[in-house]
Formats: sequence, structure tokens, C-alpha cells
Amino acid sequence: MHANSGAERRAVISLLVENEAGVLARVIGLFSGRGYNIDSLTVAAVDESRSLSRINIVTTGTEMIIGQIKSQLDRLVPIHKVADLSAAGPHLARELALIKVLGAGDKRNEALRLADAFRARVIDATTESFVFELTGNTDKIDAFLALMRPLGLAEVSRTGIAAIGRGTAVMA
Amino acid sequence: MTHLAPATAKPDRPQSGAEILLRALVDQGVDVIFGYPGGAVLPIYDALFQQSAIRHILVRHEQAAVHAAEGYARSTGRVGVVLVTSGPGATNAVTGLVDALMDSIPIVCLTGQVPTHLIGNDAFQEADTVGITRPATKHNYLVKHPDDLARIVHEAFYVARAGRPGPVVIDLPKDIVIAPAPYAAPAVTPHRSYRPNLHPAAAEIETAIALLKSARRPVIYFGGGIINAGAAAQLADFVRLTGFPCTGTLMGLGAFPADDPQWLGMLGMHGTLEANLAMHGCDVMLNIGARFDDRVTGRVADFSPGSRKIHIDIDPSNINKNIAVDLPIVADAKLALAALIAAWRADPRPGPAAARRAWWQQIAAWRARDCLAYRQSMEKGAVIKPQHAIRQLHAATLATGRDTFITTEVGQHQMWAAQHFGFTRPNRWLTSGGLGTMGYGLPAAAGVQVAHPEALVIDIAGEASILMNIQELSTLAQYRLPVKLFILNNRYMGMVRQWQELLHGSRYSHSYSEALPDFVRLAEAFQATGLIAESIDQLDDVIATMLATPGPVIADIRVDPTENCYPMIPSGAPHNEMLLGPDQPASSPFVSDEGMALV
Ligand SMILES: Cc1ncc(C[n+]2csc(CCOP(=O)(O)OP(=O)(O)O)c2C)c(N)n1
Repeated sequence: MHANSGAERRAVISLLVENEAGVLARVIGLFSGRGYNIDSLTVAAVDESRSLSRINIVTTGTEMIIGQIKSQLDRLVPIHKVADLSAAGPHLARELALIKVLGAGDKRNEALRLADAFRARVIDATTESFVFELTGNTDKIDAFLALMRPLGLAEVSRTGIAAIGRGTAVMA
Repeated sequence: MTHLAPATAKPDRPQSGAEILLRALVDQGVDVIFGYPGGAVLPIYDALFQQSAIRHILVRHEQAAVHAAEGYARSTGRVGVVLVTSGPGATNAVTGLVDALMDSIPIVCLTGQVPTHLIGNDAFQEADTVGITRPATKHNYLVKHPDDLARIVHEAFYVARAGRPGPVVIDLPKDIVIAPAPYAAPAVTPHRSYRPNLHPAAAEIETAIALLKSARRPVIYFGGGIINAGAAAQLADFVRLTGFPCTGTLMGLGAFPADDPQWLGMLGMHGTLEANLAMHGCDVMLNIGARFDDRVTGRVADFSPGSRKIHIDIDPSNINKNIAVDLPIVADAKLALAALIAAWRADPRPGPAAARRAWWQQIAAWRARDCLAYRQSMEKGAVIKPQHAIRQLHAATLATGRDTFITTEVGQHQMWAAQHFGFTRPNRWLTSGGLGTMGYGLPAAAGVQVAHPEALVIDIAGEASILMNIQELSTLAQYRLPVKLFILNNRYMGMVRQWQELLHGSRYSHSYSEALPDFVRLAEAFQATGLIAESIDQLDDVIATMLATPGPVIADIRVDPTENCYPMIPSGAPHNEMLLGPDQPASSPFVSDEGMALV
């Protein structure tokens, strides 16, 4: 068996990293240099006192490739912890999307009705446009965008996911 | 990080960053730096001038500084240190850094940088060194504040040697090395985030022993990790204890004595028939400190199809990268071998003795094919076969009784050296394995000779490779480094020519070594001795003279320009489809298009 055989899966990988210049470049360089996929990536400081940041990466690959990604990340010097949330058990993942829909008449009403059903908030409106704010997992946002497409979907801005494990277990 | 008492006392006046840097180096046990000056590092050179604890070896090109430091590191087991200026100094060093990264050589490379306030301004001799060297190093640092300087230097040495060793760059803006800086002794606390696992788990060792005890057709395969871990003695103990056949990678040569009956020779693309067929046919494989590199595995889908595989590696990312293994053990090779030895001794199970005898008989039959054979005519005037030249060189060095270090360039000569020079001790064989850097051998030899002034240091070279860092003859002259350059001069980039012959219809596109220098006169121009052997009757005399000459020597050994390096597993072929020699069809039917695309 070799690295490219086997079924692909989606993995949500969270990293605790030293909050210092160049860490993000190292992580991204690792993905591009070794040809791994990044579906989304988020980063922000999470622990000022220990100067740690958290990076959440969504990637896809065979089990062997995902194993490689994790061990390649783990050997980067400023990385404290690598967790594969999707393998570790139940976890929560949320992203935020800002979605601009243009249109008038029935389509506009339909967009508003669907937004309500998805609990998307209207954060800006003109007579020909809405900007919706929607939070949820990736599937929910994808589903909402699919519905908006025929209704005048014009622009999307997504954050990529923030993820965390369920229950009492803590990544530290 | 181990605690070292500060070797330098704190003077009463505040010390500059440059002085603090040198003090930290001394506390890390550094005695030699390989470097080349320039504007951004002038304060460091000034500080070097005013001390005597650290010796500076001036190379003639920054790439050579890194290779020399690699030679120093690999032959001593210590960290090699490099100092280069900003911009072109740093970019010239990049090839050496990647070389050290691929071959896991611990290096600390100090690069000058423009002053902090000019960074990002396209200042004179500014390059984004941390950006450029990020994928070329194990880790790198830009020192932005004098308070961080000493700590970063100590940390860099820890990172360079901890776990799987590698090169580390410290980028030093000029203002940082000029301004006063505080000193900090090496830390005694563990590193915040980088703490590689060294100890094998007891359960893993137990499972490994159970597999190994039951093996009917076992093979032990090791790599450069044994040398980095200083585990050659443990490896030999374990191999002898088990009675198993053993083979090693290019990087591992010398970790197990080549004159031992359990040694099958090197494996891989130009490995021996017996080593590769044993790998292919084994039922249990123990890999210690090797990484299933593509030169070793051939076509991965057909690699050792019937075996259960145990893989011991300090670097978890080496595990299941190319080949899926049954039992991964992330640990230091020395500790793992010590645990295996103890567990093997404690386990009374005898194992399938008859099956193992049959396995050894099979191996003996493969050995009897004598896959490394070549035909050397001994008639006066006969052309020298390169393999023979290496065998004669080996015999002559043995006869001297001197501690002998061999470096190489890259090409056929490198593979012939690996096949025909019998290495019996670790750290005596230095070659660019992972990156395959032509131009490695001469500067690496210089670094070895600096570390071992009394030793016999020989670069087995090709006439094309040697020109890539030929300027280092000047370094040899300056420091009276008696390195011997043994050039197997076939007037071709032989390895390129061989691939063109086998895979590209003998269209020798740009692989002829045109307009070569007269190596004898070149030697003389650099105050070295030049020798030439044009036919077999001159070979032994030239070798004898070379070894008896106290200073540096270039020996131009004119060898058969058409000789090819066999055995050979064409790219993309499995281990049991080896080319044994020229008598097999040149355009072998089993070189697939996919194989052609591989290098
Ligand atoms: C820096 C670099 N450039 C190109 C190559 C590709 N290459 C591999 S072997 C080789 C020919 C080497 O010729 P020579 O040094 O004469 O050795 P020979 O194969 O003839 O023994 C070349 C060009 C390389 N390995 N390194």
C-alpha cells in the first residue's frame, strides 16, 4: 500500500502554536510544499498569557496523507499541539459567512423567507440588496448558498471554521 | 538542553551582540566556524578577530562553507557552524542548507542581515533570508531584539541536534550585533514546544521481538539514522545476536562493517542483487533509521510485497510516508536497539532455525552471482576500470593503517565508491545522499580534514562534479589541508550519459565533459601536487604517490568513458527487476513511461 491509495476523508485539524512571526508561513508552506490540500484555515491568538495562537485547518486526503500532515505539522518547532478533531471524536465546527444577495420582487421575498428559516440575520439592506450574516457548520452554509444562487447570490465572504472538541477534554 | 557552564567570564563593560554571539557559541562547545565575510557581518568578524577560542576557516564560496560544516559535523557527531553575510552570502548558502536538511546533518548557519530598520526596503544586499530558508531548514530565526540573541543561539543548537538533526539559520541584523546585549546561559528547562520522543514503548519492543523471533526470512535494513544516533555498536550487537542478514542505505554505509559475513551490501537503485532480493523476498523487515526513500524502494506498489515491516525512526513523519508499515516505533535508534537487544536476550524462543538456514542458502546463491563483478584487463596500456581504481584505493588506504575518511561528489563514481570501498566504521563516509549535490565532496573533505588534521581524507570525485566547487583548492592551500582528490575522469557526466544510453536512445545531449582543465597544472596552480594515471600500469603508483604526499593532491585517474554503473534498478521498477550488466538489453522492456518520468 502506498500514500495515495485508500479513500479520502475530510479532516479538521487544530493546532496550538507559538504566537510568533512566521508560524503561519511555516504551516502554509508545509501544505503547499508537500502538495496537501487546504480547504480552509483560520488563525487567531487564544492565550495571551502563554502567547499561544490556534490554527484550525480543514483538509482532505487519504488516511495516510492525513497521518503525514499531522506528523509533518507536529515536527515544526513552534507547534505545541496537533489535534485531529475529526478523528478524536465528536466536535463542533462553526464558521461565519457574510452573503450579499441582489434582486427585487418575488426572488427578494423568497431570499428573506429562506434566510429566516436558516436563522441568518439581515445586517444590511437596500431596496435591491441584502447582506445576510449566517453562522453554522460548513454544510449549513453550503446549503444556504445553494438556495441563494438562483435568488441573486452576488458575493460571499466566509471565515473558515473555528473548531473545538465536545465534552470535558481540553486541548492545551 | 544540557546545561553547560559558561566558558567565558562576564567582563565589566557591556558586551556587543557580536561578542555575546561568540560567547554563546563557545558555551555550545564550538571550536570552528566555516565562513565568508561581508558588510552585514563585519561586526562579527571584528569580534572574531579579537578572540582565540573559535577558529575561523575562510572558504571561497558560501555553499562550500555549509558543505565543509557538514563534513565537520558528520565526521565528529557535533554541530557544524557557518557564518555568511546577508543577501548573496545567504542565497549562496541555500544549496548547502537543503543538502543538510535532506541528509539530517546538524548545522547552525549564522547569516548577516541589513539593520532592522531597513528590513523590507530592498536595501543593499538585503534578501528575505528567513523567507528563502524556511523550507530549506529545520527551523530559522530572525533576531529582532538584543535580549533574545543569546537565548536564540542556544535554542538553535538544541533544535539542530535534537530528534532528527538538521540545519538551523539565525538571521542577524547588523544593528543587533552592534548594540550591547545581555548574556544568557544555555537553558536547563526543556524546550517549550519541541521535545521529540526518544524512548520506545515497552509494548512496541515486545511486539517487535515477537515478530523477529518468528521470522523465517528476516532482513535488517538501516540508514543514516544509526550514524546520527551514534548507534553503530548497538546495531552490530543486535545483528550478530540475531544472526540476521543486514543491508544499509547509502547514508548508512560504515554503520555496519562491510567485511562482516552478515552484510549483504548496500540496497536500492545501485545496491547489490542479494540486498535487493532479500528485501523483496523477506517475511519480516526491520528498518532502523532509514526512510524508505524512492532510491531504495523502487516501485512502491511492488516493494517487499510479502513482508511484515517494523520501522524505527526518530521522526514520526518518516513513518507511513512512502510505505505503510505494520509496527511503527518512534524512538532514538540507540535506545531502541538497546531495548531490542535486552528483549531478544530475555526471550528464550529459538525461532525457525531450518527456515533461516534455507534463507541464508538462498542469499548465498544470490551472492554467488557476484553482481559487482567487472572485467579489468591487466595488460600494459589497458584502460582503467573505475571500480578497480576504487578497489585499489581501498586496499592501499587499508595498508597505510591510517584513519581514512571518504567524501564523494555525485554520479557514477559516488555509486562505485559506495559499492567497492568497504566501509567498516561509522562517520567515515560522507556523501550527498538526499539532495545529490555535485560539488559536495571537496568542501566536505576540507571540513573533515579541519576536524581530523591527522586523518587521511579523500574525495572520490568525477571530473564534472569537481569543477562545481573547485575554488576550494584555495582553501586547502591556505590552511594546508592535505585532502586528496581522486578524480575518476571518464570525460563524461557519466551518470547522465548512462541514463541517456539506457533511456534516451544513446542521444548524449550535453553530457560530454568538454574543455576540461589540465588537472595536473590546476593542482600546481593551487600549490597542490598533480598526478595522472592514464592506464592500468600507472594506477597503483599514482595511488601510492598520492597517499605518500604530505600535502593536497589531485590524482587525475583516466577511466573507461563507457563504463556503466551496475546493478541498476531502473526508476519505477521493482527490486526483482534489476539490470545486472551491459549484456542485458539496453532499452529494457520493463522501463515504463511512468518510470521514464521518474528521476
Ligand atoms: C548540482 C547538480 N547539478 C546537476 C546534477 C545532475 N547530475 C547527477 S550526476 C551528474 C554527472 C556527474 O558527472 P561526474 O561528476 O563527471 O561524475 P560521473 O557520473 O561521471 O562519475 C549530473 C550532471 C546534480 N546531481 N547536481
